[in-house]
Amino acid sequence: MEWTDSAAADEARNGNQQAFRVLVERHSHSVFRLAFRMTGNEQDAEDMVQETFLRAYKQLHQFDARSGFGTWLYRICTNCSIDLIRARKRRNEEQPFAGEKFPVHWLDRVASPGPSPERLTQSNQITNRLEDALKRLSEIERIAFVLRHYEGHDIEQIAAALGVQPNAAKHSVFRAVQKLRRALEPAWGVAAR
Amino acid sequence: MTHITEELLIEAYYSDIDDMSRQHLQECGECRAEFERLSGLLDSVRDYPVPERDELYGSDVWARLAPDLPAAKPRMNWFRWWMLTPALATVVLVAFLAGMFTGQRRAGISEKARERILLMALSDHLDRSQILLTELLHADPEIGLTGEQDKARELLGENRLLRQSAAHIGDAADADLLDALERVLLDVANGSHSSSSNGLQMIQQRIDSEALLFKVRITGTDARRRGQNL
Ligand SMILES: [Zn+2]
Repeated sequence: MEWTDSAAADEARNGNQQAFRVLVERHSHSVFRLAFRMTGNEQDAEDMVQETFLRAYKQLHQFDARSGFGTWLYRICTNCSIDLIRARKRRNEEQPFAGEKFPVHWLDRVASPGPSPERLTQSNQITNRLEDALKRLSEIERIAFVLRHYEGHDIEQIAAALGVQPNAAKHSVFRAVQKLRRALEPAWGVAAR
Repeated sequence: MTHITEELLIEAYYSDIDDMSRQHLQECGECRAEFERLSGLLDSVRDYPVPERDELYGSDVWARLAPDLPAAKPRMNWFRWWMLTPALATVVLVAFLAGMFTGQRRAGISEKARERILLMALSDHLDRSQILLTELLHADPEIGLTGEQDKARELLGENRLLRQSAAHIGDAADADLLDALERVLLDVANGSHSSSSNGLQMIQQRIDSEALLFKVRITGTDARRRGQNL
């Protein structure tokens, strides 16, 4: 018989590591995907996956089955991501001349499969600008945008992941899209209204 | 006429908007053009390539994670385990006093005292068995049962003596429970589980189906109470 998430979480809470293993195996892919999109860096994402599950294990007693285990994990992963981004920012502020300001961004390293030269130029342009624009978002805006745009979460889920009110979550998505538009539309030769 | 706000347009892109705004969007060329511009831009950044992770990724994550996890609660009971009375010596004494080896009851110790010692030894034994059963239920088939195997061997000797003593004094209920427990202890001590995770599963199922853990707990508590009241 297959454990449901909440049954496995119950078991794990009682010290059954096998039950927690089921949860790890079930959710690793989606946590990695989310972590990667939030950090834009493979190694950071791997670290965040580990940290997310470690925190989840230690906080199992706080898990409320009503919220869904996936949502709860996303929330933890989101917190890890905020911690990481802040720590890195702080480190960069402390070491202003320590080489690269940010690790190589994912968009620089992952080539899309065989686009035409013009498309490549255009998409590189968008890529570079998107990278810049994403850096200009606040942590919350970036995470809200990733959850909304790439993970297809609704506002309620984003609010739960961020631990904020739905209105605040909605506003973060709005601010993120607005900033991205301002940054990217000029490259397209489109004037925003 | 009031045009749709940018915030509403973004909502329209991701989900749904109210009927009035939707109708406006259908009828107003300016808002529709704005919506298409927004959609075009958001569509263009939709492709967010994530490095591939194969289907074994979850197992990899677990393999890296498991050594870092705080030990599960039942595994932290080593201290409690060793603090418990080494029951074997007590049981041998009880058996001796009960005349099981010689067929003769020893003089100088009352029936009551003997029963009391037996009940306390039984209670200690069941305490230790309870810890082992809990560990077995939570055991990781990948790690194996080395620690549990040693404990089972140790418990097996005292279990036999206690079962025989219980039968000897006509305590059928305790004798039956100890008999069921002995079969599990024997399986674990012999390592019949170690060939496959199936073996462990069968042991776990037996513990479950016979409600063994529950019975061991109850009987242990009762024995202690009975012993103290004597
Ligand atoms: Zn309009």
